Amino acid sequence: MSLGDKTINEKIDEIESEMVDRFAGRLIPAIEFRDVDLAFDDQIILDKVSFKLRRGETKLVLGGSGSGKSTIINLVLGLLKPDGGEIFVDGEEISGLDDQELMRVRKKIGMVFQEGALFDSLSVFENVAYRLTEENVDPDEIEHEVRRMLHFVDLDDAIDKMPSELSGGMRRRVGIARALVGNPSIVLFDEPTAGLDPPTARTICELAIKLRDLEDVSSIFVTHEMNNLEYISSEYAIVDGKGQVHFVEEGQSLCLINTEVMMLRQGSIIFSGKDEQLRKVDDPYIHKFIRGK
Amino acid sequence: MNPVTKFLFELQGITLLLWRSIRGLRRKPRYFGEIITQLDSIGVGSIWIVILTGFFTGGVLILQGYPTLAYYGAQSSAGQSVATALVRELGPVLSALMVAGRVGSAISAELGSMVVSQQIDAMRALGTSPARKLVTPRIIALVVSLPLLTVAADMCGILGGGIIAQQLYNLDLTVYITSAQMGLSITDLLAGISKPLVFGLIIGLVSCHKGLTTTGGTVGVGRSVTSAVVQSSVCIIIADFFLSKILQNFFSGTIF
Repeated sequence: MSLGDKTINEKIDEIESEMVDRFAGRLIPAIEFRDVDLAFDDQIILDKVSFKLRRGETKLVLGGSGSGKSTIINLVLGLLKPDGGEIFVDGEEISGLDDQELMRVRKKIGMVFQEGALFDSLSVFENVAYRLTEENVDPDEIEHEVRRMLHFVDLDDAIDKMPSELSGGMRRRVGIARALVGNPSIVLFDEPTAGLDPPTARTICELAIKLRDLEDVSSIFVTHEMNNLEYISSEYAIVDGKGQVHFVEEGQSLCLINTEVMMLRQGSIIFSGKDEQLRKVDDPYIHKFIRGK
Repeated sequence: MNPVTKFLFELQGITLLLWRSIRGLRRKPRYFGEIITQLDSIGVGSIWIVILTGFFTGGVLILQGYPTLAYYGAQSSAGQSVATALVRELGPVLSALMVAGRVGSAISAELGSMVVSQQIDAMRALGTSPARKLVTPRIIALVVSLPLLTVAADMCGILGGGIIAQQLYNLDLTVYITSAQMGLSITDLLAGISKPLVFGLIIGLVSCHKGLTTTGGTVGVGRSVTSAVVQSSVCIIIADFFLSKILQNFFSGTIF
């Protein structure tokens, strides 16, 4: 049997090579740690930490205070240098890069800080527009992008406000909007729900789910709150015919494959896998962490 | 950490900051708007305290010096003594100390607060160099505005001395001004303007370094502000001695 001048086998080969070309980039992990060590004086912060964050995946990093969760994010951004091991962002080893080269890498990454870390002297608009303003983007394009991002985090009305006029939850959402400007393929969340009331914390988690399922963003979500784990690892976002976003629970028959949990203790990874596996692990520390007793 | 190691680390940090801020001048983006804002805040904002300091320093020089000059019958040299003291030493040093107190503290507090609230980390995460965006404009503004503020302090000091001499000791203002004009040489003026260039650099570097290396939350901000002002002031006094000696050698053969 032939399709035009080509045999079926030739056609299959052609499609196969097209698919490989198209998705080859997706095989490279968004972030990869290989045996990363870090110590401050005699205190070990990270001890031979290795993991991969795949494209479009969300990795929930759990652990108590001082377990090294936020350090991982600072290493990805190049704000800290590892003592040993290798860190890859988009396939590029970054631990040997200087500040100037790191600026280029950081443009691929959006970062959401614990308290928002908004610039006090700038308005919400200027905060969200910061990256584009620095890159001398056309003002009309900046305004369009800022409005789009503020709409994404449901803060259209806050555009002219100053950070001091915003509540804690609004500050975090503006922080998320600022991190998403420029469409970074990687977003890092550093305890974005700490100190927020449950409904606001839920809103932040929904934004993370939307980014994962609708925008194909790879993210590291550092947290020590079990509610966040519950929401992000068991719900997914879909868009209905009217363009409305809905959050659906995975249920008994479905397991989200684009979300993994990694748990740290004293700088070492003590668990890596799905949330269902985490709940079955027979480790007293993990049990206590999950149940609080 | 022993004091010598700590000092060497501080020196290394300040030198690196100087290098990064100089490099910030060569590369784009250059923050001209930020430089203008800082010139306004540092230069224009400090003008009144510098004018007042200069005026009353000139006044007190006459108040304390005139009786001695009168004792030796040298009242006509009052203008020269005030002008020389102000232009060579007191104008540059006192202006720098006032600016270190007002601006140095503000810079270290602002940058320190930005560090503890993770705004500096956010800036770096967004692909901006804090040295280029925050340090370079402040240092440029200080180096440009401090010599101008010093000139203002010198002029007001000479004027203040003249007014006090006229009002309290009935010295003719024309005699006073002529004496001041005769007593000052071009080397005095050059020395008086070149010192603030270095003092501005010292205030900018020390304050920015202290602010950017803040640790320990809001208490740490307070510590940074205190050490920024103290270290800037001490460095200014020490640098003044060495600058005076260097300028003396440079202009040797003149009245130095």
